[in-house]
Amino acid sequence: MGSTGMDMTQVERAKALLHGWLASRLSPEALGWLDQQIALIEGGERPLQLGIAIGLAPRKVGKDDLALSFAEQEAGREIRPDLDATGWSVDQAARILFVLASFRGEEAAFAGAFDRILAAAEIGEQIALLRGLPLFPAPARLVSHAAEGVRSAMQPIFEAVAHRNPYPREQFSDAQWNQMVVKTLFIGSRLWPIQGLDARRNADLARMLIDYAAERRAAGRTISPELWRCVAPFLEGAEIAMLASILCDGSEAERGGAALALSESPHPSAKAALEAAPDLAAAARDGRLTWTMIA
Amino acid sequence: MYIDPHAHMISRTTNDYEAMASAGVVAVIEPAFWIGQARTNVGSYKDYLSHILGFERFRAGQFGVRHYCCIGLNSKEANNEALAEGVMEILPSFATKEGVVAIGEIGYDEQTALEDKYFRLQLDLARDLDLPVMIHTPHRDKKRGASRSMDVILEHKVDPSRVVIDHVNEETIGEVKDRGFWAAFSIYPHSKMTAERMVSLVKTYGPERLIVDSACDWGVSDPLSVPKTAQLMADQGLTAEAIRLVTYANALAVYGKSGQMSEDDWLSPPPIDQRTLYQGNTVLRGGQAPRVVTKDAG
Repeated sequence: MGSTGMDMTQVERAKALLHGWLASRLSPEALGWLDQQIALIEGGERPLQLGIAIGLAPRKVGKDDLALSFAEQEAGREIRPDLDATGWSVDQAARILFVLASFRGEEAAFAGAFDRILAAAEIGEQIALLRGLPLFPAPARLVSHAAEGVRSAMQPIFEAVAHRNPYPREQFSDAQWNQMVVKTLFIGSRLWPIQGLDARRNADLARMLIDYAAERRAAGRTISPELWRCVAPFLEGAEIAMLASILCDGSEAERGGAALALSESPHPSAKAALEAAPDLAAAARDGRLTWTMIA
Repeated sequence: MYIDPHAHMISRTTNDYEAMASAGVVAVIEPAFWIGQARTNVGSYKDYLSHILGFERFRAGQFGVRHYCCIGLNSKEANNEALAEGVMEILPSFATKEGVVAIGEIGYDEQTALEDKYFRLQLDLARDLDLPVMIHTPHRDKKRGASRSMDVILEHKVDPSRVVIDHVNEETIGEVKDRGFWAAFSIYPHSKMTAERMVSLVKTYGPERLIVDSACDWGVSDPLSVPKTAQLMADQGLTAEAIRLVTYANALAVYGKSGQMSEDDWLSPPPIDQRTLYQGNTVLRGGQAPRVVTKDAG
């Protein structure tokens, strides 16, 4: 887990990035409002201004998709490695920018203000604030909020943390990470938009997922083919036998997932199991079949 | 399409949401109120407000129903001064949140001095924030309470065309309409207003500025009151336009003045909302005729 805490200079660069994205999309009137709010929040003389600006953002700047170009996303990743703003809207970008504007160099004060804002946030605000986690200073102080987001019964809030977000990979403990991955499958969401899935595979997660797969199988329910991605390096004989049978009678996506898992497994019997599906085995080997394709 | 502009969905089940959606209810307004027993501190009030703006909105969206809120300190809990002071401090930040269409439901319960104080403060807040107002009229001493509410609203320079007086009945409708306010009627199985009486009120007074709601909550109440009343109105010969006004368009007109509620929200939702917060109404999506389940029609 790398520490990617943002200092004042990095926060200023992140603010300039978001402001640039918004400036080319907002009307002069909306941009004027945005700049006025940033100045008020930076000034720090009106402590309630941050919450008010975050609340008013959609009605002032609208809710259009941000729809960044590839070059804009690249510029984002230069300032914040692995930043992925796909699917962000303009009001979300504005809300994240306001939070950044409240940082005055003191991490504890920033984290305290963030606590207060999130405690009274409505659903749209929560999604925006959690999507902004990778850009905020003092990331280690915000872990409890990310973990709480993962506990949410609201799928879009859960996904604001889990999907397209480098924060969990960098900050979550194994226990927190594993809960997030298992819950992703449990609520019928997708694994592939999670960053760092392969790098953070671990034996405990594999055990939980194998148990979960067995439970689903016993109940006669389908198993997401994505599940095997986190299990592949830890496959034992029983799972290899299960995958071998899926390879014979599964759906196209299930067979693909089984082939990918077996091809990544170091277990000696995996290679033999793959011989039942030579075409899929070859596709997995040469990259024509990927985990994203079977999701 | 119907709007139920007064529904405490936090107390209702998923069956209710399914029934409302399939009966053609496209949007509900959840006014902040008490929850059957008094809260004892501002923390639980804050969590209640973020609950109706958070999980409840999400829940509604899963059933294809758009969910809006009114934010306010209700008259019953205004009698706890320590609580009321705390709530007044947090109200401005909640009232400016997305999807808040009015300050409400506020007004009088027993008509105490404390109720009067916080009613007035919230009228000023609504005026300052340029938000419509939903008024709860008292169950006891209703006629005088309603009349007094309207006096105080005008005294505080809030435009009556931005104020809905709710729980109106035959005794109060005349004054509410004459003074330029919107009149809302909570159609209850056993109290307040019935669908039959509602039909004759629309016939007598015309559909202009009249609004039908269910005020469904944790008590005996019917979340299908709006579509059922619309059905009865059609059976008894009211025009389609009159029915549209009292069960849909009038509520949209007054609460839409907040800038937070528009037909586009359910007819052409923004892509970002469709992906995250709103599953789309099956009635609109599939084009089926709205269906009213009438097993407990009363």
